[in-house]
Amino acid sequence: MSVSAQTSVAPVRRFSGRSKRVLPGFGLSLGISLFFVSLVLLLPLTGLVVETSGMTWDQFVFTITDPRVIESYKVTAWTALAASLFNGVFGLLLAWVLVRYEFPGKRLIDAVVDLPFALPTAVAGITLATLFAQNGWYGQWLDKLGVEVAFTPIGIVVAMAFTSIPFVVRTVQPVLEELSPADEEAAVSLGASDGRVFRKVIFPSLWPALVTGVALSFTRSLGEFGAIIFIAGNTPYVSEVTSLMIFIRLQEYDYAAASAIASMVLLVSLILLFAINVWQSRFLRRLEGR
Amino acid sequence: MKTFFKGIALGAALLSAQPALSADRELLNTSYDIARELFAAYNVEFQKHWQEKTGETVEIKQSHAGSSKQAQAIIQGLKADVATFNQVTDIDILHTRGRLIPENWAERLPNNSSPYYSTMAFLVRKGNPKNIENWDDLIREDVSLVMPNPKTSGNGRYTYLAALGFAQDQFGDDQDKIDDFLASLLGQVRVFDSGGRGATTTFVERGIGDALLTFESEVLNIADRLEGEYEVVTPKVSFLAEFPVTWIDDYTKQNGTEELAKEYLSHLYSEDAQRLLASFNYRVQNETVLKENADRFRDLKLKSIDEIAGGWEKAMKAHFASGGKLDQLQRRR
Amino acid sequence: MSLHRNRVGDQPWVRRTLIGLAMLLTAIFLVIPVVVIFTQALSAGWSTLAGNIMDEYTLHAIGLTLFVALLTVPLNLIFGTALAWSVTRFKFPGRKLLITLIDIPFAVSPVVAGLLYLLLYGRNGWLGGWLSTHDIQLMFAWPGIVMVTVFVTCPFVARELIPLMQQQGSEEEEAGVVLGASGWRIFRKITLPNIKWALIYGVILTNARAVGEFGAVSVVSGNVRGQTNTLPLHVELLYQDYNIVGAFASASLLAAIAILTLVAKAFVEWRQAKSEHSAPETRGV
Repeated sequence: MSVSAQTSVAPVRRFSGRSKRVLPGFGLSLGISLFFVSLVLLLPLTGLVVETSGMTWDQFVFTITDPRVIESYKVTAWTALAASLFNGVFGLLLAWVLVRYEFPGKRLIDAVVDLPFALPTAVAGITLATLFAQNGWYGQWLDKLGVEVAFTPIGIVVAMAFTSIPFVVRTVQPVLEELSPADEEAAVSLGASDGRVFRKVIFPSLWPALVTGVALSFTRSLGEFGAIIFIAGNTPYVSEVTSLMIFIRLQEYDYAAASAIASMVLLVSLILLFAINVWQSRFLRRLEGR
Repeated sequence: MKTFFKGIALGAALLSAQPALSADRELLNTSYDIARELFAAYNVEFQKHWQEKTGETVEIKQSHAGSSKQAQAIIQGLKADVATFNQVTDIDILHTRGRLIPENWAERLPNNSSPYYSTMAFLVRKGNPKNIENWDDLIREDVSLVMPNPKTSGNGRYTYLAALGFAQDQFGDDQDKIDDFLASLLGQVRVFDSGGRGATTTFVERGIGDALLTFESEVLNIADRLEGEYEVVTPKVSFLAEFPVTWIDDYTKQNGTEELAKEYLSHLYSEDAQRLLASFNYRVQNETVLKENADRFRDLKLKSIDEIAGGWEKAMKAHFASGGKLDQLQRRR
Repeated sequence: MSLHRNRVGDQPWVRRTLIGLAMLLTAIFLVIPVVVIFTQALSAGWSTLAGNIMDEYTLHAIGLTLFVALLTVPLNLIFGTALAWSVTRFKFPGRKLLITLIDIPFAVSPVVAGLLYLLLYGRNGWLGGWLSTHDIQLMFAWPGIVMVTVFVTCPFVARELIPLMQQQGSEEEEAGVVLGASGWRIFRKITLPNIKWALIYGVILTNARAVGEFGAVSVVSGNVRGQTNTLPLHVELLYQDYNIVGAFASASLLAAIAILTLVAKAFVEWRQAKSEHSAPETRGV
């Protein structure tokens, strides 16, 4: 595989002239990547296609446009959006504080950021439900304010935000670390305000990473299941997420319908991620060209 | 690199740190999610029985998860010797999808291959503040309910069917009234958990809802465990929930465990085992054990799936499939 | 870093506000939930916690979970590095598609991921038939658990490396080529030192996720206690037993594993900083 990949790319190498392809290891690295991607990612995905293709077009449309499923798309989309936007702000703040400042407890914060990955999602769900239920540590205070979180769509937002916060922090952090201080220092010494320097100098370099982090957080939230079912209440048309619809079809042994709904979620996520990747590399090129 | 291999060795060592019993025989029992303690107790009883009978020691491995998931795993190659489930449909599928057992599996052991059964009951808070006595009390505006989701859990389906059975008795042939009743009942549900234990936790640990609708065995267990905090309400009409068992013909043949598997299940009908099952608050058929536990299990009218919906196949199609009655009722609100 | 007085956010009040806010939010959303896990685990006392952990099935679950992580991490390390090298150091058609493809595991619900593997390698799957005639058991045994864990965690290393390597560019490596160094040497002496931290982050995230994965593993595991039950599945099992204290005891182990990894990372960083400080690394060619 690696050999054929190399030869097929050779003409491109000759044409596109500039620096990039003096480096060795193209065939090897691409070969490993393609082998891995095919075996681990694409081969299993064919199962999704095979299962779905067992349905007629009408069945497929009927399955993915069932009113209850449609409602679950809506619930999932807005809660995931709310969660990822919250993470955009919270994640940027965390990354900033971790990179820029020294303070007691910094290592602890740095450590706990990854916890949502390490905790099984079900444990996260149970723990959050314990905290936010009316008799929980947070729930009793929120209850006095008249806010209900557990067993409402807001509970879904909380669970999604929790499980996907590391994406934003860990995407933004390295870029922030690599940021060269020169431009920033120059701007500050010329008397520009902090807010202005942040907007004009720092943010433009940070922006792609931040958007990527938020997008990853969003797509992760679209697929989240384990943490959500414990805190959502799962009331039809109100707090049912799409993953639950998939799970229900699986319980009914209806693999085709489960695959159909899952492929819709996958399609949306992939389009989103692809758009971000294209946009990001355009953006980087523009930055380099400047 | 060296440390990496050391790590692998450590992992492998830990993996092999299984109970070094080296029993003569081995049996894998796949079961539903909340039956672990029950079978932990039964396995001890059975090991003793098998040793007395044959002189061999048996190691019994247990697998627990939702019974639909277990059925899928068995079909896809989990080489289980016996299945002890809480839904008849999940054993049927082993025949229809997996061709692993014959169609007449239910006739191979007494009582439809169901050594024990239960029914649906309510758990209410201390003093029964909302005065809940029967199914029609559940649709009152001021009552909020917790139950497992009928879409994901057999437990939830049974509750739905029990309520349907009650409504049929109450309203006879008036389909609109029956539908109204069921729709209002579902409308009072505050949380639909994905499984039975999840619902119990929501009701007990989170303090949500005025009544928990679940298996009588679960309700009695909780009431025993947290004495004085809750009260058990058994409605006068309810659903006969069978707990079917079967050995998996294909796999027991491969594993050479046919005899053992059959005995493991038949022994569930013995008096000692029935007494054990009753102590876990399951209802049993054995006369002697029934008499011993007369005070625990209230006499009530239990309707079977045939009476309520004309069998499981029809019930699944008419009520629980997508677009079925349940979907329609939940849509109406 | 704190020496730079002339950078954004260096005024004391901005600093304090941001740190305070970050600490507050971290406490509410991340620290307290972990505290809840530990308090629940300890709610019946230390001896119960110890008893819960020393339970033979819990021990087995710990062993299996670590074993799976130990196989998963190196595989994804090799893959992630190779992928990042190929997409950031070369331009070729389909490059963006490849970058997008590695995000698939983020977009697929873990339960669906498990199902996909089951449909392929299970007894009724189209590779499963061949496997079962050759008596190879992948699903419902540890190989299946490793396979889905690799699937779920494969983006992490690559995701950490790509933005960084893109930003750094390849001038240094090209200089190495001009000087006649071999590819492997360039990678080891020039690239690796530059991407080391991102690589370690990637490994930590991979490890954390591998240890904690529940949904996908639960589909292909078979849930046999003392055989294919990983720690997250064990938590679920105990929770279903209404043994909430026991469940949280196992959950606290997972939290502890995560914290330990992070402590190890902090230690490595500290050692690194110290050695760089005392004696600059010799980079002979």
